Amino acid sequence: AALKHGLCSQVSAALKEGRVTPTELCQRCLALIKSTKFLNAYITVAEETALKQAEESEERYKRGQPLGILDGIPIAVKDNFNTAGIETTCASNMLKGYISPYNATVVQKLLDQGAVLLGKTNLDEFAMGSGSTDGVFGPVRNPWSYSKQYKEKSVSKSHSEDEESNWVITGGSSGGSAAAVSSFTCFAALGSDTGGSTRNPAAHCGVVGLKPTYGLISRHGLIPLVNSMDVPGILTRCVDDAAVLLGSLAGHDPKDSTTVQDDFKPFELPNLTDVSKLSIGIPKEYHAPGLSSEILALWSKAADLFKNAGAKVVEVSLPHTRYSIVCYHVLCTAEVASNMARFDGLEYGHRSDKKESTESMYAATRREGFNDVVRGRILSGNYFLLKQNYEKYFVKAQKVRRLIANDFIKVFRSGVDILLTPTTLTDAAPYTEFIQEDNRTRSAQDDVLTQAANMAGLPAINVPTALSERGLPVGLQFIGRSFQEKQLLTVAKWFEKQVQFPMIQLEEVKRHDNVVFQHQKSASFS
Amino acid sequence: QEVSVEVLGHLEHLALVDFRDSEGVERLQKAIQFADQLHEVNTDGMEPMDSVLEDRWCVYLREDDVTEGNCTKDLLENAREKVEEYFVAPPGNIPLPKLEERDTFLQSS
Repeated sequence: AALKHGLCSQVSAALKEGRVTPTELCQRCLALIKSTKFLNAYITVAEETALKQAEESEERYKRGQPLGILDGIPIAVKDNFNTAGIETTCASNMLKGYISPYNATVVQKLLDQGAVLLGKTNLDEFAMGSGSTDGVFGPVRNPWSYSKQYKEKSVSKSHSEDEESNWVITGGSSGGSAAAVSSFTCFAALGSDTGGSTRNPAAHCGVVGLKPTYGLISRHGLIPLVNSMDVPGILTRCVDDAAVLLGSLAGHDPKDSTTVQDDFKPFELPNLTDVSKLSIGIPKEYHAPGLSSEILALWSKAADLFKNAGAKVVEVSLPHTRYSIVCYHVLCTAEVASNMARFDGLEYGHRSDKKESTESMYAATRREGFNDVVRGRILSGNYFLLKQNYEKYFVKAQKVRRLIANDFIKVFRSGVDILLTPTTLTDAAPYTEFIQEDNRTRSAQDDVLTQAANMAGLPAINVPTALSERGLPVGLQFIGRSFQEKQLLTVAKWFEKQVQFPMIQLEEVKRHDNVVFQHQKSASFS
Repeated sequence: QEVSVEVLGHLEHLALVDFRDSEGVERLQKAIQFADQLHEVNTDGMEPMDSVLEDRWCVYLREDDVTEGNCTKDLLENAREKVEEYFVAPPGNIPLPKLEERDTFLQSS
C-alpha cells in the first residue's frame, strides 16, 4: 500500500487503529483552546456540537466505516463562513448574535466528511485588514510570541513585561485560523483570501496557507468581500494536509455560479525527487520597497536551492506589479460598497432603534454596526462608483486588472512553471508597532506581494521556510498556473521537505502522543 | 483637489454611512490620491476585465426549476422586528434630511 503522508493521514490511521479516539482528540483540542485563550484565536467555541460530532465519528470508526481521511479530525473555521446554528459574526457589531440558518458549502463538505468543527476563528472586521487586529473581539496574538524561539531572541527586561508588550501580530485577516493551526488547537482551518488574507497570516504564524484558483472552491456561504477575488483559503501544518483539504472542498457547486464546471479529481501528492524539468520564475518586481534584507536573502537562498537541485531558475518580469495594490484598492472598495449594502438591520444583524424613517434607521444601523475601516471602504467605493468617476476609476482599474493578469499569462507561456516570491515584506511586527499606522496604509503595504495572485485568480501557497533573526517564522510564496494546484503543491511539498521548518516550542502546550503530532527535525533552513 | 461638501453629502446619502469626523473625510481624500496613481498606466485598447473566468463561460443560466424554499421560519429567525411573515420597517418614502438639516459632521466643515 502506498505510504500516506501528512498529519491528517497519520491521525486518520491512528483513529482507524484505535490508538486514539475522536472524542479524546476533540477533548484535547478543546482543552488546549482553553489553555491558549490568551491568543484570542477563537470567537466561538462550539464545544457541545463538536463533542457530539466526535461521538458520531467514534461510532463510525467502531463500525469500521469512517467517512474518509477527515473523519474525526478537529478543524476550525474563520468567522466569515456561515455555520448553521452557530453564531457568525465577521468580528463585527453588525452581526453579533447572528445565528446562521445554513452551512457554507465548504463547511457542509467538511462536516459530510466527518470533520469535527471546534469553533469559529477571529479575524479583522469583515476580513478587512492585514493584522487581525481590527475586529470587535480584539486582536489575535501570534502563538510564536510565546515560543521559546522568540523569547530567546527578545531583549529581556522583566519577564512578564515582555509577554504583555512584546507580543506580535498574526497578520491577517485570517489570523485566528492561522493561530489556531499554529498552536495545535486544530489540524486544519478555513480562512478566506481576497488580497492575501490566508497567505499573510500563514507566513507570520509558520503554517501552510493555500489560496486556490478562483472558481475552484465554492464561495456559497462565505460572506463576500470582493466577489471577483474572494476564495476560501486552507491553512494546515503541512502541504500534504492542504492537498487533503483541497480534495474534499474543490469542485463545482450549483449554488455558486462562479465555480467552474470541470470535474475536479482529488489527488495525492507524489514525492518529487527530480526537479530538473522544472522552470522556476523569479519576478524581479517582487523585490519590493520595504522587503527586509533577511527575507531577500532567504528568497535568494531558495532560488539557489532549486538551481542546485537541477531546476531551471530564471528571472522574469511582471511589469504591472506595482499597480496591483492601487488597482485592488479601487476594485475592492467598489465591490465592498456593493456587498455591504445588504446590511440594513431589517432581515438580520444589528438594528438601530431609530424609527423615523427607513433610511434613517438604515443609516443609524450602519453607523452603529460597522467600524471605521469598513465605513471608510464603503465611502471610498461609492466615490469611485459615482457617475462622474466610474470610467475614470472603476473601469480604469478593470483595464489595469487585465494588464496584471496578462503579465502572468505571458510569463507562464514563456515556459515558466511556478513563480517563487516572498510572501511578506518582514516578519511579524509587535502589536504596539503595528497599530501606529492605520489599517489602509498597513494593508497597502502588507498586501503588495500577495495581492496580484488574487487579481489574476491564480493559485498561490505560503510555505514556512525559516525563522528570522527575531525567532519568528518567515514564509515564501509559490504562484502557479490556473487550476494547476497539483503541480503547485507538488513543488511546494518538495520545498517543504528541503527546508525542514522547525516546530514551534510552546511551553504552554503539553506535548501529546508522538502518534498525534508530527515531529519534524530541528535542523532548519537558515 | 478636495472633494466638495456637496459630493461628501451625496456620498453619505448614497452609502447610508456617515463620515463621522474629519479623519473620515481625510481618509477619503487619501484614498482618492492613492487611486489616482492608476492614471499613470497606459490602458489604450484594453478591455475592462469583469472576471478572471471570462474565457471559461462558466457564468450560466440554469433551468427555472424550484429546487429549494419553504424556509420562511429560518429566514425570519434573525430579524429583530417582524409581524407574522413580514419584516417590519419604519415608514419609507421619507428621504434623509438635506445636508443642512442633518446631524452630520459635515455641517461644521
